Amino acid sequence: MKFTEDHEWLKLEGDVATVGITEHATTQLGDLVFVQLPEIGTKLAKGDDVAVVESVKAASDVYAPLDGEIVEVNEAVANDPSIVSSDPQNAGWLFKLKLADMNALESLMDEAAYKALVG
Amino acid sequence: MSATTPTTSSAPLKRTPLYELHLEHGARMVPFAGYEMPVQFALGVLKEHLHTRAAAGLFDVSHMGQIVLRPKSGDVADAARALERLVPVDILGLAPGRQRYAFFTNANGGIIDDMMVANRGDHLLLVVNAASKEADEALLRAELSDDCDIERLDRALMALQGPRAEAILTRLAPDCAGMRFMDVREVQINGAACIVTRSGYTGEDGFEISTPIEAARPIAEALLGEPDVEPIGLGARDSLRLEAGMCLCGSDIDTETTPVEADLVWAIQKSRRIGGVRAGGYPGADTILEQLEKGTERRRVGLRPEGRAPVRTGAPLFESLEASESIGLVTSGGFGPSVDAPIAMGYLPGSFGTPGTKVFAEVRGKRLPVNVTELPFIVPRYKRS
Repeated sequence: MKFTEDHEWLKLEGDVATVGITEHATTQLGDLVFVQLPEIGTKLAKGDDVAVVESVKAASDVYAPLDGEIVEVNEAVANDPSIVSSDPQNAGWLFKLKLADMNALESLMDEAAYKALVG
Repeated sequence: MSATTPTTSSAPLKRTPLYELHLEHGARMVPFAGYEMPVQFALGVLKEHLHTRAAAGLFDVSHMGQIVLRPKSGDVADAARALERLVPVDILGLAPGRQRYAFFTNANGGIIDDMMVANRGDHLLLVVNAASKEADEALLRAELSDDCDIERLDRALMALQGPRAEAILTRLAPDCAGMRFMDVREVQINGAACIVTRSGYTGEDGFEISTPIEAARPIAEALLGEPDVEPIGLGARDSLRLEAGMCLCGSDIDTETTPVEADLVWAIQKSRRIGGVRAGGYPGADTILEQLEKGTERRRVGLRPEGRAPVRTGAPLFESLEASESIGLVTSGGFGPSVDAPIAMGYLPGSFGTPGTKVFAEVRGKRLPVNVTELPFIVPRYKRS
């Protein structure tokens, strides 16, 4: 698993990364009441707004962790945002991103580095 | 990802007498109106909200201002007449032991601040918003000092809200049992002289309890010791009041909105309207009295987004998907946990104010259908009899 400073995780299968928000992020956000997912086929550059997760009190943007194209989204979390809160790093994944450049993965953190970041 | 959190000012933040207790209960503290306040506790906003409606929640509102108007003549009617020079509300008709909602108006009829006014027999007690308490005190001193001694009380204030509030508080303070909605009484709790009102900001039955500073922590601990009581932060306080259709001063009402536009005409009693025994006589009366007769161009309304996406404060409102000019603005918006749907309030032209009218709110560049609806979003459970 790889992690970003913006509290996203990526799990790689071939050149497709499954992306979600970290357990640390969901703890900070509180119970989610709405998730807005991207459309399949959307091409993204690293840092683009890709999804929105909303709690009772605030909306938070999710950014594209790397360059790529959306190939699948998790409709289950759009129907029931509480899945993201209860199981953020498995069933609560948000979207699958076909990476434009596999080498860019090296710029992301491993789990130990991410844990050090969030304390 | 990144949360859109409010910006903070650099001024040193004040703490309430319950600050340490909040930390012990796992509060996440945020700057609010110059204070470090709990935005949520361990339960989180959603569960805190639902717990308050199902059982009881304890809120620290010690940041709010408590101001005494003591008549120099000794007759509380003189303080009431004096205060009526600043508010379009019947204060003289407020019986001893009763409280009512009021607001200071400016020369244009706009709302400077909203408050509760209690008749305590020989004086009036005002509870005003934290952000404007200094300005309110200055206004009172400037305008009413000939008739009243004005004193800001250095006391704590907490609210116990929810269907279990009465049973819990009357165990500590049996004298609270007979109180009705908007009654005020002096009550001994834990041996301390407290001022209790049966009121709140949630739409639930409940009490607001003003305590001496040193008594605040033991009273809060006694209430939190009850299994039905959870500590509740500002996050749930806001979603609870939004569901109850109550205005947040500075968002839903401000110096640019009149009480008529804000749909607060219920708070302007007949005696202060045209034909009333003390009609007018407050700042902006010409504007407010004319609007009471003729209506206003825009009015505060309830809004229900059709989908699941929350429509938040500041979202512009449009007549159609294509219209280029916005016709109004969302002034409070979010998710209503008890409604289990997004809810909002905002201002629209009168012609769009009929419940069932569909307009569109712009959220992240997309226009979402929103229906005008009656307020409140929940059925209030005040103890009126």
